[in-house]
Amino acid sequence: MFEFCSDPSVLPRTQWFACYLTNGTHLAFYQSFLMVLGLLAIVAPLSLSLGLAGAIAARSHTRAIRGVGQVYISMVRGIPDIVFFLFVPIAIDQGVEYLTHLIRCPDWAEPVRQGNDFLVCPAAKVPQSAADAWVHDAYAFALAIIAYALVFGAFAANTLKGAMEAVPRAQVETAEAYGMTRAQTFARVIVPQMWVYALPGLSNIWMILIKATPLLFLLGIQDVVYWARELGGSKTSIFAYPHPDWRLWYFLALLGWYLTLTALSERVFTRLQDRLSHGQATAAGDALRRAEAV
Amino acid sequence: MKTLALSIAALAIGASAAWAQDVVRMGTEGAYPPYNFINDKNEVDGYERELGDELCARAGLTCEWVVTDWDSIIPNLTAGNYDTIIAGMSITDERRAVISFSQNYLPPSASAFLGMGADANFATGVVAAQAATIQAGYVAASGATLLEFATPEDTVAAVRNGEADAVLADKDFLAPIAAESNGELVFVGEDVGLGDGIGIGLRQSDDALRAKFDAAITSMKADGTLNTMIKKWFGDEAATF
Repeated sequence: MFEFCSDPSVLPRTQWFACYLTNGTHLAFYQSFLMVLGLLAIVAPLSLSLGLAGAIAARSHTRAIRGVGQVYISMVRGIPDIVFFLFVPIAIDQGVEYLTHLIRCPDWAEPVRQGNDFLVCPAAKVPQSAADAWVHDAYAFALAIIAYALVFGAFAANTLKGAMEAVPRAQVETAEAYGMTRAQTFARVIVPQMWVYALPGLSNIWMILIKATPLLFLLGIQDVVYWARELGGSKTSIFAYPHPDWRLWYFLALLGWYLTLTALSERVFTRLQDRLSHGQATAAGDALRRAEAV
Repeated sequence: MKTLALSIAALAIGASAAWAQDVVRMGTEGAYPPYNFINDKNEVDGYERELGDELCARAGLTCEWVVTDWDSIIPNLTAGNYDTIIAGMSITDERRAVISFSQNYLPPSASAFLGMGADANFATGVVAAQAATIQAGYVAASGATLLEFATPEDTVAAVRNGEADAVLADKDFLAPIAAESNGELVFVGEDVGLGDGIGIGLRQSDDALRAKFDAAITSMKADGTLNTMIKKWFGDEAATF
């Protein structure tokens, strides 16, 4: 990074740190923060959509659809995250490769499963083994997003289902009395009003999602916690910047990061709650009304 | 997300013309200096990096390095996410049941106990070891209480903060740590000989690749370059072929 960094062992303290904190591994560490933010930004709307779909399915009047929704919600919520994260990406990966294999190599004679090994023809490898490293990373990242969206979608589905059922019955009856169909009632009355009931639950899920990002390293993606442990661990003189065990400092930095993230989220959720409570027949809505009347 | 998925799909299809060339993906842990570690430039470095690159050159293969978690290093190999494990993995019968190994590229080397002070109770006390290693298996079968950690770094930290009385690991990994601890950490007890040396882990069905690596290792043993490399990374007293 800086020109004076060529021989770190002779540097005075401040320069040593300037070089140390800008070396290749630290730059990767800083990037991993952006990566985690990117993951959150993609997973949150995806989980919410999956949750909405799951909740609608679970409340469906058609038995088969209701079954699918209920099985999704209870099964995924019941499986430990860590098991899910080991299973889903490998299952999706092998499923994709198996399908590609069937299409690309119809004449392949050898079995795909040989003992413990999973072997598709080289043309069916996804991504191709000759592909650049970033393609492999992007693919792993996409698998991670699917796994996170599936898990957190199930939690969101349960929360949204409860919220839909919490909308006062009188509101629904009134809508029906006006002659709205079921779909209209749902879109015009239930959905606009359910958010205020869903928000506390959704904010819980969001916080848990933030804290679940270290599971990324299970999928081979180097996240902030991996780097904190790797960089903080004691380094012998085989490294350019030897130091004793500094994990405490790295984990303190992570503590600051996670607290900032959750504190910011907390503020956003408080504002949202205020806005959504406007005109609602809830205690919070009532309080807002009275405050305005004064 | 959609565009990402689409571009990945497009890449996967577009890249299909290039599969003919051999790219061998080398899986390693990147947390076990001097065997393998991530250097300050964020590259895989160490004895196994230098060795692996040389073996690939001799075998005429294009190799790429992949860093992965130790716990999932074997499942990811059998699932085909990379083609070799070159991560200081000792050849044992338990592992042979799941994967196959090339001939060893490091002779059976000693494992040793490292503790705080010469009176550390390694025989019946608490001994730290990395999970799923031959050392962990050895401690579990001995009279000591086994304390397992996910990374090698954690096992040494456990001794430093008093959680464990000693750590059992490859002596070559512990030696620089002991040397640079200002006498705080010392080797205790006798060295233990475990395993049949360290080799490259491969899928059992991958006979062709194993033959290539075996031939390359044989040629390096024959012309003495392997011994030079071992001495460079592990010191002059290291066991050689």
